[in-house]
Formats: sequence, C-alpha cells, structure tokens
Amino acid sequence: MLDTAKFLIEAQGVSVKADGRMIIDHVDLTVSPSEIVTLIGPNGAGKTTLIKSVLGLRKLTAGSVHIRPHTVIGYMPQRLTVDPNLPLTVRRFIGLAGKMAKGKRQSVLDEVGVLPIVDSSIHDISGGEMQRVLLARALLRDPDLLVLDEPAQAVDINGQAELYQLISAIRAERGCGVLMVSHDLHLVMSATDKVLCLNNHLCCVGHPEAVSKDPNYVELFGPQVADSLALYHHHHDHEHAVDGHIVPGGSDDEASHEGHQHG
Amino acid sequence: MDDFIFYALAAGLGVTIVAGPLGSFILWRRMSFFGDTLAHASLLGVALGLLLGVSDLTVGVVIVCVGAAAFLVVLQNRTRLGNDALLGILSHGTLAVGLVAISFMDNVRLDLIGFLFGDILSVTMTDLAWIYATVGITVIILSKIWRPLLSMTIHEDLARAEGIQVTRLNLLFMIMIALVVAAAMKVVGILLIAALLIVPASAARHYAKTPEQMAGMAVVIGAFSVVGGLALSLAYDTPAGPSIVVIALVLFLISALMPDVSRQHQ
Repeated sequence: MLDTAKFLIEAQGVSVKADGRMIIDHVDLTVSPSEIVTLIGPNGAGKTTLIKSVLGLRKLTAGSVHIRPHTVIGYMPQRLTVDPNLPLTVRRFIGLAGKMAKGKRQSVLDEVGVLPIVDSSIHDISGGEMQRVLLARALLRDPDLLVLDEPAQAVDINGQAELYQLISAIRAERGCGVLMVSHDLHLVMSATDKVLCLNNHLCCVGHPEAVSKDPNYVELFGPQVADSLALYHHHHDHEHAVDGHIVPGGSDDEASHEGHQHG
Repeated sequence: MDDFIFYALAAGLGVTIVAGPLGSFILWRRMSFFGDTLAHASLLGVALGLLLGVSDLTVGVVIVCVGAAAFLVVLQNRTRLGNDALLGILSHGTLAVGLVAISFMDNVRLDLIGFLFGDILSVTMTDLAWIYATVGITVIILSKIWRPLLSMTIHEDLARAEGIQVTRLNLLFMIMIALVVAAAMKVVGILLIAALLIVPASAARHYAKTPEQMAGMAVVIGAFSVVGGLALSLAYDTPAGPSIVVIALVLFLISALMPDVSRQHQ
C-alpha cells in the first residue's frame, strides 16, 4: 500500500514546559523519507527534549506531532548504560530489538562493524563500540525512520567522520529518513540535507551552508566557531603559510598542488 | 518423612521458583529497597484482609502492595525527595501503620511473630494451594512478558519508542511482586522476604552470562537455601525462616569469594 503522507514526521508548534521554563518553544519540524535532518544547538537547547517529544516519550505542553502511519522507528538514545547486575552479551542485547532473518542480521552487524564484539559482554565494550551497537540495534528493526540522539558521542574524531559517512550510506541504501542530534556542524555538514539550529526556540533552519552563515547561528555559537566553520568550508580561497599566516591563492586547486606533490 | 516437613519443603521450593526470576529483575531494575517496602506494607494487607473477612490473606496483601506502589509514584511526582528517602519513609511507615492496625483487632487471635518471622513449619494444605496458584500465575505472566520486560529493564525510553507498553508491564511486574510477597510471608516472614528475593539472585550474578542463567541459578541457590535452612532448623531447633536466609547468605559469600566466571572471555 502506498502511503500518501508526504512527511514521516510533521511536528507543528511543539512546546514543552518544565518547572516554569520553556524547554522548547513553538518548534516546527518535518522529516521526509530519505531526508537527513540534523538538530544542532548548545547544551540545554532542548535537542533531546525535542527528539523525545517527537517519539512520544515527553508530554507536549502545546503543539502536535504526526508520524506517518505504519512508520517503523529505529531509536538510538543519547546514553544507555546497562546495569552491572544484568549479565548480557552484545548479541543478546541486539536480539531484543526483534526477530530478523539470520543472513540479514549478519550483514547489518558487519556493515556497522559490530561483528567482532558480538560475543562480548555489553559491560566490557568501549563507549564508541556501544554507539555502534545501538545503531545496529536500531537498524535491525528495518526502520523507515532513524532517530539518533548524538550518535557520535564518545567516538574519537576519525571514528566520528566515519560514523556520519555510515549514516549517510545507510540513508542512500535504504531510503530511510534520519533525524539526528549533533554538536558539531563541521562533521555532519556533508552528511545532512537540512539543519535546525535550536536554542529553546528555532533560531534558523536550512541547508547546512546557509545555516553556517546565518547571523543567528553566528551569534549562538560565537564568531570563532562560526568562523572556523567558514574557514573549514572555504579552504580553497587561501592557503596557510608555514607559520600559519593566511596567504592568498588556492583558488586554482591544481596549480597550488603542483608545487608540492607527494611521491 | 513427617507431613509438616514435606509441606514446609514444598512451600519453600514453590516460593523460590518465582523468587529467583523476580529477584533478578528487582536487582536489574535497582529496586531492592522497593521489594523491602512492599514486604513491609504487606502487614497492613494482613490487617485489611482480616477487616474485610476474606478467607486468605493474599487478597489484602496484593491490594495494599499495589496501593503502596501507586502511592510511591504519586510521592515521586509531588516531592523533590530522592527515591531512597521516599522508600525509606514508606517502608517503615507502612510497617508501623500495619502494627498499629493489627493491635486494634483484639477479637482476632493473631500470631504476630509468625507474620514477622514466618512460620514455615505450620504450613497447611490450603497455604500450599495458594502458594502454587501464585507460582502458576506468575510463571505464566513472566514467560509471556519476559522479553519486553527485559527490554524495558535495560532502557525504558528505548522500549517505549519500540512500541512496548511500559505502563502495563510495570503494573504487571508490581502485581507479581505483590503475589510473591504474599506467598513468601508464610515462609520467611515479612521482615526477611526481601532477602529471599535478593540474596539468591545476587549470588547467581557471579556465575551467570545471560539473564536467563542468572534467573535459573537464583532458583537453584534459593532451593539449596530452603533445604539447608530447614535441615539446620530441624537439627538445632533454630527458627526456620531466618535459617533459610542464613544459608542463602553463606552461599552468597561463597560466590563472592569465587573467581568471577561472568567476566571471563571465551
């Protein structure tokens, strides 16, 4: 059966109030099939609360959330610590997500890189490994929508870039929508279609490049962060001299690289 | 073998069948103080049962235990006190109220010491019928909800997002604990019920690699404790309930001294 609804998630005017403080203030949010939407914002901006509201885990003070009917959601919570009293292997933990054909399970575990640790106790794996295990569990539900709350936390810098590439690849391969929280616009930039910059209210929305230049974004994260991002993204405009000075050039990539070719 | 020893053994082993897995869940969910609270509240349930004139005390105990659990949820939402403070208040508060309530019933002859410390050697056929009815109901419920209950124990929000009915499971879990408290009251008494739930499961943690292994071993360790405790009681005329807990404690201490099996890698 064909689903006629355009959006996987359509949230309007979502507000959550706790202890007299607006944690989220009239936020609109949509996620379409095979779209990657990233929430960024400082600590306490309400990113996790917004995610939980969308999933129906938090009561809304106002507004509405519509999830397209028959949408299977794979959720990756921000933190998951299994109580040390509970003996559990990685395999068993992943198996709790639901039944899936064995061949398919193997390929998902392989894709996410969990296969080598699948027989380990869940108490003995590292933080970065735990993130991959959680992602594998979410994927094994064969989701139409992935909701990832800071998937790259506790993952080292190289691993982070790799993880975002993986998420991007999963989207391309399966066509599922992705809603994720991230601290770092740098890293998610290439792997995201739409960025929502949140600071209790919605500061700005749009394509990552547009958001990074938005005055609201610059104000929220400070000129340094915003600037470093601009530098990062526009590194073809100039080059760094040996002492770190910015020297003009580089607009012609091939020419500038000719001078110091390796091997 | 004398009838009363057979009845005592049957009662004790029946309770351990459900105390093993439920005790394990109590540990996994960090609810050991909660188990104690429900056990203490059950004395108030006894008073209520007598007041209502129901033939068995289980009904009153289940009602009061579920009520106490609901009251705890209300308190959690209304105060800023931590869970341990609230449980400490409820645990001893309900015990005190229960003791006072029972003192008003001078027309009923009541063996208070029996309730507090258990009276396994006076178990009757009717008691056994209640215990095994409880075992049957609990085993059926537990086997049906084992997987979702385990999911929710690991992470409640994740379970909820995956479509598990968390509130319904919580209520079922509470009812099962209340049932096992009512059944265990006769065996080890109100003051030691929590020990019967927690000590064998804690000893089992040491040897287990999966949740099911831990629950199963908790049953085995509990059964050893019942048999050993009764033997101790018969040989040296010690009180039966506390003797059972003493054996469980010894088995726990032995496990704590053993090399940790569950942490070894294959």
